[in-house]
Amino acid sequence: MPQHSAHPGSPDIALVMRTLGDTTRRGLFEQIVSRGEVTVGDLTRDSGISQPAVSQHLRALRGAGLVTERRAGRNAFYRIEPAGLDPLIDWLDHYGAFWRDRLDGLKTLLKEIDPK
Amino acid sequence: MNQHATTPATRAIVIEDFLAHSPEMVWKALTTREFLDRWLMKNDFELTVGHKFTFQARPMGDWNGIVNCQVLEADPPRKLVYSWVGGSANNAVHGSILDSVLTFELTPADGGTRLKLTHDGFRSPQNDAGYEAMSGGWGGIVKRIEALLNEAA
Repeated sequence: MPQHSAHPGSPDIALVMRTLGDTTRRGLFEQIVSRGEVTVGDLTRDSGISQPAVSQHLRALRGAGLVTERRAGRNAFYRIEPAGLDPLIDWLDHYGAFWRDRLDGLKTLLKEIDPK
Repeated sequence: MNQHATTPATRAIVIEDFLAHSPEMVWKALTTREFLDRWLMKNDFELTVGHKFTFQARPMGDWNGIVNCQVLEADPPRKLVYSWVGGSANNAVHGSILDSVLTFELTPADGGTRLKLTHDGFRSPQNDAGYEAMSGGWGGIVKRIEALLNEAA
């Protein structure tokens, strides 16, 4: 398995995965992505999910660093945090580096077992 | 020639490379236990579709370092596919959970072999409902969200 130093202070990948692993929550997250900024009311109306459930999912998304909240008077607006997906992207990228290393090893081996 | 990229379109890991050896020789390196030990990891591979085997990686956190694999397809000396499952949800990037599929495709090329490695279907089995709905795995989800972000921009 590859070596990698996880970014200190970044939310861990397991939390991001657990949070987005729930299909309902991932659906809400994608709605926020495509709409830009939303209120709990917008999400409740469009998704057909109860307001308490929407609020709970938003809390989970915020807890995982995927969504940020902006308060204006009595209203709260939610946007996605673009850096929130970084752990997931880093994780995929790091396997790319892993395989490049291993293929170098494969070339070395081939030179040895099949000299020209 | 050495061309490789983490394909942004799918977020699957796709690496293409030229090897100055015949497809038969490359196939041997990909499917012989002793050779896999040398360039990849300790293993008990067998070239039989359905054969379950493991790779032994460095243990990390509460993960014992074992990658569980199963041969899904073998078409010598052209195509080899096996599953690649291991890691723990409690680990960050290194040793984190992985439920994926590895494909090696070999094409004869002038003076050697073109090798295409695809590591795809990054999924996590942590949530059963989500697991079923996760076609394309995490790579597919990242791709979808990136597409939405581009539309929104």
